Amino acid sequence: MAIFVNRDTRVLVQGITGKEGLFHTKQCRDYGTIIVAGVTPGKGGRKVDEIPVFDSVAEACRETTANASMIVVPPPFAAEAILEAVDAGIDLVICITEGIPVMDMLRVKNAIKGCHTRLIGPNCPGIITPGECKIGIMPGPIHTPGGPVGVVSRSGTLTYEVVHQLTQQGLGQTTCLGIGGDPINGTDFIDCLHAFQNDPETKGVVMVGEIGGSAEEEAAFWIKANMDKPVVGFVAGLTAPPGRRMGHAGAIVSGGRGTAAAKLEAMRSNGIHVCKSLASLGALCREVFTTSAR
Amino acid sequence: MKIHEYQAKDLFKNAGIPVPKGAVCKTEKDISGILATIKMPVAVKAQILAGGRGKGGGVVLARSIKSAQKAAETILGMQLVTKQTGESGTEVKTILIEQGVTISREIYLSMLVDRERAAIVIVASQDGGMDIETVAEKTPERILKVYVNPLLGLQGYHLRELTRGLGIPEGSVKSFVAILRNIFRLFLQYDCSLLEINPLVITKKDTVLALDAKVDIDSNALFRHPDIVSMHDSDEEDELEAEAARHGLNYIRLEGTIGSMVNGAGLAMATMDLIKQAGVEPANFLDVGGGASADMVESGFRIILRDPNVRGIFINIFGGILRCDILAEGVVAAAKKVGLSLPVVIRMEGTNVDEGRNILAESDLNLINATDLSHAATLLAAI
Repeated sequence: MAIFVNRDTRVLVQGITGKEGLFHTKQCRDYGTIIVAGVTPGKGGRKVDEIPVFDSVAEACRETTANASMIVVPPPFAAEAILEAVDAGIDLVICITEGIPVMDMLRVKNAIKGCHTRLIGPNCPGIITPGECKIGIMPGPIHTPGGPVGVVSRSGTLTYEVVHQLTQQGLGQTTCLGIGGDPINGTDFIDCLHAFQNDPETKGVVMVGEIGGSAEEEAAFWIKANMDKPVVGFVAGLTAPPGRRMGHAGAIVSGGRGTAAAKLEAMRSNGIHVCKSLASLGALCREVFTTSAR
Repeated sequence: MKIHEYQAKDLFKNAGIPVPKGAVCKTEKDISGILATIKMPVAVKAQILAGGRGKGGGVVLARSIKSAQKAAETILGMQLVTKQTGESGTEVKTILIEQGVTISREIYLSMLVDRERAAIVIVASQDGGMDIETVAEKTPERILKVYVNPLLGLQGYHLRELTRGLGIPEGSVKSFVAILRNIFRLFLQYDCSLLEINPLVITKKDTVLALDAKVDIDSNALFRHPDIVSMHDSDEEDELEAEAARHGLNYIRLEGTIGSMVNGAGLAMATMDLIKQAGVEPANFLDVGGGASADMVESGFRIILRDPNVRGIFINIFGGILRCDILAEGVVAAAKKVGLSLPVVIRMEGTNVDEGRNILAESDLNLINATDLSHAATLLAAI
């Protein structure tokens, strides 16, 4: 078991013919992910590295058994790519693209409400169930298959850091995913925590947040009310100056809201094991996840 | 991206949102000509991007041509200090001279994106002309919030709620509603992240006017707004931040002494926190991108070294798909190229990390290898 993706997930790649798209497609396939198709409008009919390319997602779905899509198209076209995948009935859409206009995502988020498709991202590293399926740009070898820890994060390389520390401590992972650093995204912390709670293999979760918005606070309340598995929490940006966007479009403290201190306090007061320093995260996880549940 | 008040008012005029009659002035010799075309009294307003202009003396009301001339001459070219400019202030290179209006009501009106609800939120208050955060804190019941689905747009009940909630007088309802519709259209059309009018005034003759205008545009959407790009004013940007942006780097200057260079925004923030926890202060946020190419590392070094406060540098790179040996070669080459003399603590992790560390150790540069993050913190505290 794991969440959202496993060895049966069959992936198509939107934007497969781009340099980055092809590179990461190959990396995913080398990891063991089943890649069944690529989509680039106007380039249908050819093959890249033995993978058939189609003009549209609908066509790729008719001709193959794809049930997930990885989107690596440039920002001006990414929102449309998400809508195309949702319209074609794909179960899971993972949008890696960074830099999509907020207004585009605002429309997409409202347009896909009620659809069965799950959107992960945008502006995220993707999702990996170690040893089974990697859809995204994360380095495969740092992960350890078999669980017992689930990882959910708003960041990219910070997630790799966390996973690496888990692996160093001998703690494997069930599934690790980034939900993205943009102000408007698809799957949120609570969706992931809910799935981890219901996954029998996941015994505990690491949740990695950052400044901006109130997703961490809402997740903390939800955890207290709904979860019996231990959660370790970390929030980046204690030293971030207010009013400045820290790299990610969503990482901004505005009007005194969205501070790291407030998020850590919400986590602490709702029974989450708060990690204060990134340097000690792995050790804290070993302590929390190898003793019994809280 | 921020734009000036006069630029926002040009957008307003084109969108059918009334603003006072006025003119932009950039040189002292044009002042008298402009004043000859505008009826007294007038408002003389400094055009800088930072907020808090009024309290800093950047907005002056004048009743006669003589006092208007004097105010304009004083403000144009002054170093305006506000709560947002820092102590040295910002030079005023442009002023806006506007015809005064007889105010009967002042309203606060703004629109922004609500990330939790994935909606556009209209925030309004009867207490226009005041600092809205103070109003929100002291009298939250005087703030009205209306959430609009971006796909469906403004509905009749949204307009009624705002009109009634603000107590708009009968004679002004029609123009108020027209303005709301036009603002909403402008907000969507220009990918605004914030549109704020404080105050929107109702005059003694029942007309409705935007006395002030603040518009921020989503930088990610600039590719489809060349007219906004041409409004960009780099005068108030930090020199190093502007330079970094030209190289595709995400750099924010801070007050401390330890520069940092990191791949990825989340890890970069966490690294700043780690520097602070080690007992020293971060000098910057710098994200060289998930890939951290040799070119990016070199540009990063150049930017950090131009900050005279920096006493040491911490490089924290998680090499994933990018191998650590390649990264280490890039760091060594870049350090040699820029003639690095400051102590540099490097912590790298990921694929081929041992080869990477060997390359760093064998270089004849002042590069200190940290074995992990705790070790790095100890080394940083010793700089």
